[in-house]
Amino acid sequence: MMAEVVLAVLLAAAAGIGTSVALTRDPTRQALVLSAYGLVLGMLMVALQAPDVALAQIGIGTAVVPLLVVLTVAKVERELSEGREPGDFEEGSDKGSSL
Amino acid sequence: MTRARASRLLLAVGGSGAAILMLLALGGLPRLGDVPHPYAERAVPAALSRHTANVISSVNFDQRAFDTMGEEFVLFAAAVAAVLLLRRFHDEEEDAHDLQYGPRDVWSAANLAGFALLAPTMMVGLYVVAHGAVSPGGGFQGGAVLATGLHLAYLAGDYVVLQRLRPVAVFDAAEAVGAAGFVLLGISALFVGDPFLTNWLPTGTLGALASAGMVELFNVAVGMEVASALVLLLAKFLEQALVVRGGGDA
Repeated sequence: MMAEVVLAVLLAAAAGIGTSVALTRDPTRQALVLSAYGLVLGMLMVALQAPDVALAQIGIGTAVVPLLVVLTVAKVERELSEGREPGDFEEGSDKGSSL
Repeated sequence: MTRARASRLLLAVGGSGAAILMLLALGGLPRLGDVPHPYAERAVPAALSRHTANVISSVNFDQRAFDTMGEEFVLFAAAVAAVLLLRRFHDEEEDAHDLQYGPRDVWSAANLAGFALLAPTMMVGLYVVAHGAVSPGGGFQGGAVLATGLHLAYLAGDYVVLQRLRPVAVFDAAEAVGAAGFVLLGISALFVGDPFLTNWLPTGTLGALASAGMVELFNVAVGMEVASALVLLLAKFLEQALVVRGGGDA
């Protein structure tokens, strides 16, 4: 019974935070929410008796992927602040669709 | 119809199709926690017969090592592709003056946490790789912990500290050695007359650190490959974000 309650809470949290990842529009904020989502998924995996998967999930999903996003945003903002348009290709650059 | 509308329509059709199929498939899944499970019934005795306490490692590195080799090379190819894409172009230049950008502005608490956690995290990573055949975890998980843990040095110090701690050339070589090591370990079976990727070493005592034969060696190869691939990937992103500037105005 206890196990079901823990699972239900974690599944609900995963669904909730997963939705907020999708609804967050600003990439930097989204990276942080994604990190929290990764942590919840890691806890869910521990509850489902997969501690090994949880370990990889927390390393990659909570640390590496959000860091890659934040670093990319930092790079883009730095280039923009110096008056350059990073990745501004000649034509067919469908702005905003890549996020 | 505009392109945006067409692509939304396509997404709606594909998305609802996938949702319906998934709901249908969910009904056919075995119930959570149900014993016996047909796969477990076969995989667990096979793992125990080779003295591999971590059945998942036995599946990954013994019973289905060929799949794992494919996965390893997926990661290898992805890391190589990222490194290639993020290489420095001729019209980009290095900006040495910004090298201490970022971590110096971090709170001292985060600084201290990074410093305190660096060594323990690396130890956990090494432990998880080394005990891959015995306890939950293995090369992939341990490698991910090692690569992430190493970057605590960036939090504790700055970019210069991190660069000294992880010479990119070394990890470049280690990634190749890890990937090639897996294949060479697989080939080693041919010399004793077994098929490719056979677990031919003596399997020792169940639960001992040196048990499970080749499983542990495969774990070490994968650990090296995964840790190096992630470190290289992060190194390229950090370099682009902090050091490289310019380019793209041509």
